[in-house]
Amino acid sequence: MMENQLTNSGPSGNKKIVIAVTALNAIDSPGPGVAVIRAIRECPDFEVRIIGLSYESLEPGLYMHDIVDKTYQIPYPSSGTDTLMGRLLHIHEIEHIDIIIPNFDAELFNFIKLRDKLEEIGIHTFLPELAQFEARDKIKLYEFGKKHGLVIPKDKIIHQVKDLADAAEQLGYPIVVKGKFYDAIVSNTFEQAQKAFYKIQAKWGLPIIVQEFINGTEINVAALGDGEGNAISVIPMRKLYITDKGKAWAGITLDDASFIELARKFVKVTKWRGGCELEIMQTVDGESYILEVNPRFPAWIYLTAAAGQNQPASLVKMALGEKVEPFTDYEVGKIFIRYAWDLITDIREFQKISGTGEL
Amino acid sequence: MRLKKNIATSEEGFIFNPGTGDSFSTNEIGTDIISLLKEEKPLEMIIETICAKYDVDQNQFEKDLDDYLSQMKEYTILE
Repeated sequence: MMENQLTNSGPSGNKKIVIAVTALNAIDSPGPGVAVIRAIRECPDFEVRIIGLSYESLEPGLYMHDIVDKTYQIPYPSSGTDTLMGRLLHIHEIEHIDIIIPNFDAELFNFIKLRDKLEEIGIHTFLPELAQFEARDKIKLYEFGKKHGLVIPKDKIIHQVKDLADAAEQLGYPIVVKGKFYDAIVSNTFEQAQKAFYKIQAKWGLPIIVQEFINGTEINVAALGDGEGNAISVIPMRKLYITDKGKAWAGITLDDASFIELARKFVKVTKWRGGCELEIMQTVDGESYILEVNPRFPAWIYLTAAAGQNQPASLVKMALGEKVEPFTDYEVGKIFIRYAWDLITDIREFQKISGTGEL
Repeated sequence: MRLKKNIATSEEGFIFNPGTGDSFSTNEIGTDIISLLKEEKPLEMIIETICAKYDVDQNQFEKDLDDYLSQMKEYTILE
C-alpha cells in the first residue's frame, strides 16, 4: 500500500493522475495509444501514471517503459462488456484508475456501454453518447450527412455479391468497396469490385459499403468536442506520404478555414464528446466530402500537441470535469514523419506479459 | 496577378502553400519573379527587371514567364 502511494505521487508531492490507455500497437498501421500518451506526458499541468491496456503480447507500447508505467492485458471486444468490466475492476483495485482513454474503433461500443458503471467506481471517461457514436457509423453516414447538411459521397449497403452490379451501375465506376470497420478498395470494373467484395467480406464480414468514388485531395482533421456542441480544438492535416495501407507516414498541418468550419459544424450538430477524426476529400471545385468519421483520436494525434493544441491533454482535463476554453491558434506547416525503430527487449518481459497478462 | 497572402517564400527559392500543404523549389530567376510578385510589381516591370539582370531574350522570357505563372495558378499560389 505504501509503495502504491509513493509511486502515485510526483516530485511535487501532487497525486499523479492514473490514466489507462489502449491501442499500443505502434506498428505500420498504428493505433493511437502511444501518441496519445506522448501528448499527455508533455502537458505541464499535471503528473501522470500511465497504465497500458493491451490485447496482444507484441504491441510495442508495452515495452516502452518511459511511455507506459505498467501494462495489463484486457479481453478482446468480442468477449463482451461483463468480461471487460471484470478485468477492469481487478486492474482498478490495484491501480486506482482516474481516467480510461480507449482508442480502438472496435472496443468503443463496450466502453461506451460501461461508461456509467465506470463512473460509479470513480473511473472517468470522455466518450461520445451511443447515439452519436452510431450516427456516424459508415453504414449510416450518408443519411446522417443528408440530415445535417454535410456532403457525403453516395453509397449502397449490400449484403450479397449479387447486389454489387446494381450498386455499381447506380453509382458509376470507379467505386470504392469498403469494410464496415476498415479497408477500402477502389475498383474500376465489376471484376475488381467482386474481388474486393470477397476480400473485405473475409476480413470484416458483412455488410459491405459500396461508395461513390470522389477524386481530389485527402485531408484529415482531428477534432475534440466538449459534448455541448463546442469544438475545443480542430487541426487539419494533409498526408504527405501514404503507405500501401493508406496510412499517413508523413503529414503537415494546414491553414484552411473551410476544414475547420466543417469540423466545427460536425461537432456542433452531433454535440460530439471526445476526440474524432474526419476524413475529407476536397475536389478540384473546392467541394469537401466527408468520407468517414472515426470516433476516436487518430494515430497522428501527437501532431496536434506539436502544433500547439494538445488534444489528448485537453481531453484529460475535461474528463476530470475541468472547463477547457477552445483553442484559437496553431502552427501551420508543422510536419510529422513517422519512423520505424527496432525496440530491443528480453524474453523475460515477453514471458511475463504472455504468462501473467501484466508487465 | 498577385501571390496569395498566406504563401510563404524564402530567399533560397522555397515556396510553401499552407492551404494545401504543397511545397516547391524554384531557381534563382523564379525566386526573383516571386519577390517582384510579392512587391505587387506589374508584369511589364517584372519583364524589364529580369531582362536587365539576366542575359535572356525578351520574347523567350515572356513566353517562359507565361508558362511559369500558369503553373503557379494551377498550384493555387496566385490569386
